[in-house]
Amino acid sequence: MTVLETTGLTITLDGQPLVRDVSLSLAARDRVGLIGESGSGKSLTALALLGLLPPGMRTSGRILIDGEDHLGAPDRRWRRVRGRTVSIVFQEPLTALDPLMPVGRQIAGPLRLHQGLNRSDAERRAIEWCDRVHLPDPARLVRALPHELSGGQRQRVALAMALACRPRVLIADEPTTALDVTVQAQILTLLDELIEETGVGLLFISHDLPVVAGLARHLLVMRTGRLVESGPVDDVLRRPRSGYARQLVASAAQVTRLARPSVHGEYR
Amino acid sequence: MSTPLVEAVETVEAPDAPARRRRGWRSPSFLVGAALLLAVLALALVSLLWSPYGLDHTDPTARLAGPSPQHWAGTDRLGRDQFTQLMLGARTAMWIGLASVAVAFVIGVPLGLLAAAAGRLAENAVVGVIDIVIAFPTLLLAMLLVTVYGASTAVAISAIGIGVSAEVARLTRISASRVFTQDYVLAARTCGTGPLMILVRHVLPNIWHTLLVQAALAFGVAVIAEASLSYLGLGTPPPAPSWGRMLQEAQSTVSVAPWNVLLPGLAVAVTVVGVNLLGDGLREVLDPQLRQERQAGER
Repeated sequence: MTVLETTGLTITLDGQPLVRDVSLSLAARDRVGLIGESGSGKSLTALALLGLLPPGMRTSGRILIDGEDHLGAPDRRWRRVRGRTVSIVFQEPLTALDPLMPVGRQIAGPLRLHQGLNRSDAERRAIEWCDRVHLPDPARLVRALPHELSGGQRQRVALAMALACRPRVLIADEPTTALDVTVQAQILTLLDELIEETGVGLLFISHDLPVVAGLARHLLVMRTGRLVESGPVDDVLRRPRSGYARQLVASAAQVTRLARPSVHGEYR
Repeated sequence: MSTPLVEAVETVEAPDAPARRRRGWRSPSFLVGAALLLAVLALALVSLLWSPYGLDHTDPTARLAGPSPQHWAGTDRLGRDQFTQLMLGARTAMWIGLASVAVAFVIGVPLGLLAAAAGRLAENAVVGVIDIVIAFPTLLLAMLLVTVYGASTAVAISAIGIGVSAEVARLTRISASRVFTQDYVLAARTCGTGPLMILVRHVLPNIWHTLLVQAALAFGVAVIAEASLSYLGLGTPPPAPSWGRMLQEAQSTVSVAPWNVLLPGLAVAVTVVGVNLLGDGLREVLDPQLRQERQAGER
């Protein structure tokens, strides 16, 4: 069943269109990748899907969450779906956590809000979640402040916080871009595991084609605010139709070729 | 021969630590400021139980006397003991300082938060009011209030409190707006947290240290304002003693009894320097950035 669906989503600032006519739909267990260069409107689309665009931006089209149009809905109605039906993880795990609040309380926040848990129950669940995202020594770690954690650990905390209330759609907005390559691989593995486990639908936003291709099954390609291509990952990778997608695939292939140790024997 | 070697290694390690980390509560400005302020506070508290003479006690045989074992700080032209006056004046200064800062924060903090949290229209309106109050001299405001309501401690506290509240509101708005633009506030909103919860859970914990430092500085401003108002006869009315009125009364006899001007002036200066140093020290102790660096250094 479709959880989140948007048709003809257009975002304008001072009459200037930033995102034009974007349509996508997400059900539980869907894995959709949204790829595009920086400034192409990926993150704006993500924020719009949560009703959190910066003031001054206007939206038109439809954003259906569980069949109800939320575009232009009052904040009160949005707040009921945020974190509970649709969640998001951001790129920068350092700034996305309150520097002065123990991470356990940050994970517990949405639980107390949406499920009305009391402090100790919420803390117990926060410890469980720390365990599920494979943070070491959860019972002690929940009392740590964000600066005492490494970048990868912080992103795990952010994931726990986003998934704590068991949303049915998770938007991951470049969740690995700010991390080291090795940590990046760990987080992607974890994300894959959590999606399988919780059945959450994923919208994975990135500018990194190999990363998206590894995780998504359906691919959307965005350029200058428009969706230029959409299809199963394999189709888009093998037979890119738009010029931009061809470029993307070609440059990704080149990077991979350069990075891969030679197998054809030049160095043997 | 091995023991001295170990000692030598240990002593080398200590100065390696960054200077900032060893400060904290032991920063010189915090200690000196706290000592000065505690001295004045002790003077005020002791005056509740004991003072060398009664407030109304005059000694006609010893007018304008210099400091002596009977009158530690001399007497004024009516023969009143100046040390008694100083002690009771400290009580007035502390009370008016604390009460005005309380008034300023009760008005200023909600106003600043409102301006930061509300839309652009409300923000501009509040900023406009803040700018007007800041531009309007506190003393003039106090004079207006005194003209309307008559001189009393309550009027002095309100006038000073309103005057200082503008600065508090401005600082609150600036600090809170900075927090509102942070990613973690956006992250909290993506979890469905409402505006009020964001204020309580994220904004206030991230700005209270700034506000506490501001409270210390505002206390100094309030003490000076009270002294100025009393000097002009607009502050606490007689017989309640005040450093400002002591200055004013001693003015005409300054050539024969300079200590009568010197001591209340010194009392005001010590208090204000004290709270300012304390404020600086608090900033070093409380600033989350510095604190985090300190903790990081200790690990």
